[in-house]
Amino acid sequence: MTDATTEPLLSIEDLRVHFHTDAGVVKAVDGISWAVMPGETLGIVGESGSGKSVSALAVMGLVPVPPARYESGRILFKGRDLIAADEKERRAIRGKEISMIFQDPLTALNPVFRVGHQIAEVIQAHDKKVGRIAARAKAVELLAEVGIPNPKQRAREYPHQFSGGMRQRAMIAMALALDPLVLLADEPTTALDVTVQAQIMDLLIRLQAERGTAIVLITHDLGLVAGHADRVLVMYAGKVAELGTIDDVYYRPRHPYTLGLLNSLARMDQRRTDRLKPIIGQPPSLIRVPPGCPFHPRCPFATDICPREMPALEPKDGPDHLAACHHSDQVALQQSPAAS
Amino acid sequence: MTEQIVPQAPAVGEITVESGASGFGGAESQAAAVGGITRQTQFGNIRRRFLRNKLALMGLVMITIVFLTAIFAPIIATHPPRAQDLTITLQSPSSEHWLGTDELGRDVFSRIVYGTRIAVSVGLASIFLALVIGVILGSISGYIGKVWDTLIMRVADVFFAFPLIIGAVVIILVVGRGVAPVILAIGLFSWATVARLLRSSILSIRESEYVEAARSLGAGKWRIVTRHVLPNSMAPVLVYAMVSVATAIVAQASLSYLGVGVPPDVPDWGNMIAAGQKFFGFKDYLWFFPSMAVVFTVLGFVFVGDGMRDALDPRLR
Amino acid sequence: MMLVLFGASIILFVSLFVVPGDPIATSQGEGRQLDPATRAALERRYNLDKPLPQQYVGYLGRLAQGDLGESYVYRRSVNTILKEKLGNTAKLAVVAIVLEIILGIMAGIIAAVFRYSFLDVLVTLSTTLAIGVPTLVIGLALQNVFAINLGWLPLQGQSQGVGRSIILPAVTLAAVETALVSRLMRGTMSEVMRADFIRTAYAKGLSKRVVILKHALRNSVIPVLTFLGISFGGLLGGALITETVFNWNGIGLALVGAIQSQDNPIVLGVVTYGVAIFVLVNLVVDVAYAFLDPRIRLE
Repeated sequence: MTDATTEPLLSIEDLRVHFHTDAGVVKAVDGISWAVMPGETLGIVGESGSGKSVSALAVMGLVPVPPARYESGRILFKGRDLIAADEKERRAIRGKEISMIFQDPLTALNPVFRVGHQIAEVIQAHDKKVGRIAARAKAVELLAEVGIPNPKQRAREYPHQFSGGMRQRAMIAMALALDPLVLLADEPTTALDVTVQAQIMDLLIRLQAERGTAIVLITHDLGLVAGHADRVLVMYAGKVAELGTIDDVYYRPRHPYTLGLLNSLARMDQRRTDRLKPIIGQPPSLIRVPPGCPFHPRCPFATDICPREMPALEPKDGPDHLAACHHSDQVALQQSPAAS
Repeated sequence: MTEQIVPQAPAVGEITVESGASGFGGAESQAAAVGGITRQTQFGNIRRRFLRNKLALMGLVMITIVFLTAIFAPIIATHPPRAQDLTITLQSPSSEHWLGTDELGRDVFSRIVYGTRIAVSVGLASIFLALVIGVILGSISGYIGKVWDTLIMRVADVFFAFPLIIGAVVIILVVGRGVAPVILAIGLFSWATVARLLRSSILSIRESEYVEAARSLGAGKWRIVTRHVLPNSMAPVLVYAMVSVATAIVAQASLSYLGVGVPPDVPDWGNMIAAGQKFFGFKDYLWFFPSMAVVFTVLGFVFVGDGMRDALDPRLR
Repeated sequence: MMLVLFGASIILFVSLFVVPGDPIATSQGEGRQLDPATRAALERRYNLDKPLPQQYVGYLGRLAQGDLGESYVYRRSVNTILKEKLGNTAKLAVVAIVLEIILGIMAGIIAAVFRYSFLDVLVTLSTTLAIGVPTLVIGLALQNVFAINLGWLPLQGQSQGVGRSIILPAVTLAAVETALVSRLMRGTMSEVMRADFIRTAYAKGLSKRVVILKHALRNSVIPVLTFLGISFGGLLGGALITETVFNWNGIGLALVGAIQSQDNPIVLGVVTYGVAIFVLVNLVVDVAYAFLDPRIRLE
C-alpha cells in the first residue's frame, strides 16, 4: 500500500524529547522516526511508559517546554519543520490540519461549557468569518455524523450528561470538524467498554474512508492495531524497535520485543491449562535507560554486542520492514505465533 | 487467622504515578509516568521537602524564637511586667528601657516578652480544643455518618454562622474576661471548620479502593479507621490547625484590643495596642512594637503552615 | 437555614441573659442608686421580671415581627438604632468586597499564569504578609502612614465626605480577605490549568489568552465564589475591628459600645443581624454556584 514515490504527509525524523526533572533526565522520545502517508493508518504500539504519546504531543506542540526540551530532530508537515515554526503557525495547524483526540473523554471536555459550544469553538477559532449560529449549526451536523442521536438537543447539553462512548464521539466530532489531514488518536478506546470500543473504531474507520484522513493510532493494544492499521511501529523505551506493515510485523517479526509481545497475548485457541508467556523483567525507567540496545536485559537473544552498541534501525525483510536489532536473523527463525 | 496483608494505604504525599497516565498533569508527573517511576514518598520525604522550603524553615525558626521567649520570659525580660512607676511614664526607648515605657511606667519590652506567654498559650490551647472537638465530631460524622452526620453538621452550621470575633465576644460576655474564656471562645468557634475538613477528607478516603480492599481482607472497622482513614485524612486538618493557631493569636489580640479579652493589666499585646492607640502619632512605639510582635509570631505559623501544605501536596510544586 | 438562625438565637439569648451583672444598674450609670419602684418599673418594661423561658418566647415573638426590642441605654428601638448604622457598615462592606474580587482574582490569575516568575513571587509574598498581619495592625499602620504622616486621608469617621473617608477602612477590611482570595485563585487556577480539558483546548488551536481567560477561569472562579460567600461572615467580624480603629459609625462599633455598657438588646440585635445577613448571603452563593457549575444544576 505504501507507494515509495508518495510524499509522506507528516514525518518525524530522529526526534529526541527529553524531560529535565529533579529526579533526572527522562528520555521520553530518544531517536524516533516515523512517517504517515495521506489516508493511511499508522499504529504506534508500546507499553505504558514507552513514550508513545509524547511523540504525538510533540507534533501538536503540546509538550510543556520548560521541563521538556527538544534535543534534536525535525517534525515535517507539508514540507515545513514544525519545531522551527513559531507559535502562531502551530496554532493555525492545531485543530485544523492536525487534530488530536485523547484517552479520557470525560476529563478532556470542559465540564462547564455545553458540548455544542465546545465544538463550535473550534470552527470559530480558525475562521473569524463564521458566525455563532452557523458554527452551532455545523456542530449539530457533526454530532449527527458521528452517530449521536438527537444532535440538536445533545448539543445544548453538558459533557457529564453524555455517556462515555458519546463523549468520545463528541471529541471525534470536534477533532474532525475542520477536516484535518491527520488525526492523532492517543488511546482513544482505552477508557471505554469493549463493545463501545468497537463502535468507536468503526466510526473512525468510516470517517477516514469518507474524508481520507490519515490516522496515527497510539495504543498498547496489539489487537486494535492489527484490526485497524495499515502499518505499525513498535516502540520500546523511547526508541523504535520495529516498523513495517501489519503483515510484515505480525507474521514476520524481526525484533525480540515484538516477538515477545506477540507471544504474550492470550489466544482463543490456547489450551486453558497452558501458561501465558510474558516477557520477563520490567520496562526500564526512562531516566536510566540501559546502554546499547535498551531491551537487552530482557532479551533471550542478547549477546555481548547488545549492551555495547545500539543497533541501527535497518531494513531486515524488504525495504519497508525495519527493525533495530543485532540478531534479527535469529528472531526470523522463530515462528510468529500469529502465523500458526 | 492468616496473616493479614492489609494493603498499605498510600501514605500522604505518595506519588504512585501510574505509567500511561495520560493526564496533562504537571510535566514532571507526565515525565515520571513516561519513565514508569514509582516514588514511594513517606514521612521522610515529606520532611525533606518541607525543609527545603526556605520560607517554611524561617517560619520554624520564628516559632522557636517565640516559644523560647515564652518559656524563658522571666530571664529575658528586663523588668517585671506589671511594675508600675508613675515617675517614668511614656518614656521613649532608651538603654534602660529598651522599648520605652507605657502610660503607667511599665517597661514595654518586658511586657512584650511576657505577652508571648499569653499569645502562645491561648493560640495553642484554643486550637487544641478545636482539634479535639473537631476531630472527634468530624470522624463520627464522616465515618459513621447518617443521623449523626446530619446532626453534627447542623450544629457546625450554627457555629459557622458566627464570625470568630463576634462569637468569641458573646462567649466572653457570658463567661467573663480572662484567659480561659478566651481559649474557650476561640476554640468553640474554630472546631466547626476542623470537623468539616476532616469529614470531607474522610468521606473521600472512605470510598477509595484501598480501604475497600482492606475491608474485603477482613480488616475490622476500628483498624480501618485508625490505620488507614485517619492518617490520610489528617493532613489537611493539620495544615489548617497550623494556620489556625495564627488566626487564634490574632483573634486573641483583637479581643483584647476590643476590651473583651484578658484583663487590662495582664501583659498582652492586644491590650498594649489598645492602650497605645491613645498616643497615636507621638508615642507610636507603644502600639508599634506589640503589633510587630503579633505579626512576627503569626507569620511564623503561617510560613510553617504553608510549608506543610506544600510539602504534603506535591502536585502544587 | 432557618434551623441555623433558630439555633443561633437560642445560644445568643441564653448566653446573654444568663450573664452575671445587672444590666439595669449599668445602664443607669454606675453608682446611682435606684429606688425600688423605679427599678421595678424598668424591670417590667424590659420583661426582666419574668422567668427566662418566658422571656425567650416573648423575644422570639417580637423577633418574628422584626422587633428587636429596646436598648437599655438609649431607650430607643434597637431596630431604629441599628438601621442607621447598618448603612455605614454596608457601604464599607460593599467597597471591600469589590476590592477583594477585582484585586484578588486578578492577582491570583497573574500568579497562576506566570508561575514561579517574579510576579508570582511578589503576589505570593504579599499575600502571605497580608494574612500574617492582623486587620488590626493593618488598620493602625495605614492610619499612621496615610493619615498622620502623610495627611492624605482622614484619620477617622466620615468627616471628609464618604469617598475619601472610606478608602482606608475599606482597604483595611479587605486586605486579609483579598490575600486569601488571590491565594485560592492561584491555587485553583494552577490546578485547573493542568486539567485534561485545557490540553484539549490548546489542541483545538485556541490562543493562550482564550484558554486562560475563558476555559480556565470559568472553572476556577467557582470555589473562589463559595469562599467569598463564607468570608462575608468574616467581613462582619473584621468590620468590628476596622470600625473600632477608624471610629466608623457602623453596627460593629455599636456592638463594641453595647458590650462595654452591657446593653444586651443591642448586642443581641447586632449579632442577629450578622447571622441573618450571613445566612442570606450564603443562600445567594448557593444559587450562584448552581448557576455557574452546570454539574450541580441538574441535581
